[in-house]
Amino acid sequence: MTQDEHKEGFKGMANPSRYGIERVAYWLMRLSGLGLLAYFIGHIYETSNILRGRVGWNEFLELTQTTEGHIVLAIVIAMCVFHTVNGIRVMLGHGGVGVGKPARPDYPYDPASQNYRHKIGIYSAIILAAIAMMYGLAVMFGE
Amino acid sequence: MAQVSDVADNQSSQTKTLRIARYNPEKNSEKQFMEFSVPVEKWTTVLETILNVKQHQDHSVGVRYSCRQATCGSCGMIINGKPRLACFTKVSELDSDVVTVEPMNNFPIIRDLAVKFERLFDTHHKIKPYLDRDDTELESDAKEFLQSPEELEQYIQFANCIKCGLCNSACPTMATDSSFVGPQALAQAYRYVADSRDKGKDSRLKIIDESHGIWRCHFAGSCSQVCPKGVDPAMGIQLLRGYMLGFRS
Ligand code: HEM
Ligand code: SF4
Ligand code: FES
Repeated sequence: MTQDEHKEGFKGMANPSRYGIERVAYWLMRLSGLGLLAYFIGHIYETSNILRGRVGWNEFLELTQTTEGHIVLAIVIAMCVFHTVNGIRVMLGHGGVGVGKPARPDYPYDPASQNYRHKIGIYSAIILAAIAMMYGLAVMFGE
Repeated sequence: MAQVSDVADNQSSQTKTLRIARYNPEKNSEKQFMEFSVPVEKWTTVLETILNVKQHQDHSVGVRYSCRQATCGSCGMIINGKPRLACFTKVSELDSDVVTVEPMNNFPIIRDLAVKFERLFDTHHKIKPYLDRDDTELESDAKEFLQSPEELEQYIQFANCIKCGLCNSACPTMATDSSFVGPQALAQAYRYVADSRDKGKDSRLKIIDESHGIWRCHFAGSCSQVCPKGVDPAMGIQLLRGYMLGFRS
């Protein structure tokens, strides 16, 4: 270790295990945001295959008909649902909605901003993402 | 005699292992842990175990403390993985036979458990932590600025901050961005913006509206979870952002 700023670094930022469900949501939001970005870029590349005509298009579409393709798509569905639902919660929070009111704090000082409304938002995002993913898997593998 | 044995019966003396991170940036290249056996009662704080080591086993352990009652903000450190005040954390509440103490993250290390606070004080100073207005109550014929109890409630929670830095140590943005103004200073910006006697709202909002300012907060809330004084920086930051986005006036 050099004599530096002693920052916790990427590992500390990405460690979701210490600070409750809110930090897990923060982590999933980043992960799903980056995952969706990767999918979005891949998606543009994939759909650009239509320039190769019907054969090229169909060839490429077959990729999504494999088991791996189904699993990737199911994960994309989950990321999409979590990112959207949690994104709405985060945007409301960022605007100061549902973060509690200032008040004289009492021991043991449970922070009002980490309240049940936001926790319900986070759990709903996770549960809805899981349901959507299972539905997607059922449709894709149920053919 | 009976009384004496009563006291003895009530004692829950145990021996626990205290692991202290040792690191002197001028001498060592790496942090190393030293282990000590320390006697612990139900009420012993982590700071007391460190002072016990200093007194009886190794005087050279570097640690900063003063008030021993969660008031001065000196003794913040990582205790079993989380930022906490050593004087405000009882060993018994950690529920572990081993207590590991390390210097706070996101602060440069001076030696062992003591870290530099310059940046925290700089960012705190930057947001103008004082009533910003042209007149003063200090002149001989001036009246004091009046404030109702309801107006006091708007910010008193944030005035509890003891500048311990635990929030900055837990913050995921601070973990990778050393230019981020940080939850401590942002919570103090809210403390003054919400004070009915203050007139510096616009200039303070401008100070935090920069590329390493308030917008780097992702509302992970870790700051509020570790704050030992109930300040809830995450709430202050989102309320500030509410003003800036036009949701609040
Ligand atoms: C209705 C849909 C969406 C909503 C409501 C939404 C909302 C949000 C919000 C509020 C954030 C900021 C989170 C924070 O402050 O930590 C965010 C971050 C992000 N979003 Fe979205 N988003 C949506 C769709 C998408 C899509 C389709 C993509 C990819 C193409 C995407 C990629 C990202 C990325 C990369 C981040 C940055 C992650 C981070 O730095 O933590 N989002 N989104
Ligand atoms: S807001 Fe809380 S954790 Fe942060 S410096 Fe102030 S007292 Fe410490
Ligand atoms: S010694 Fe003062 S806060 Fe712990």
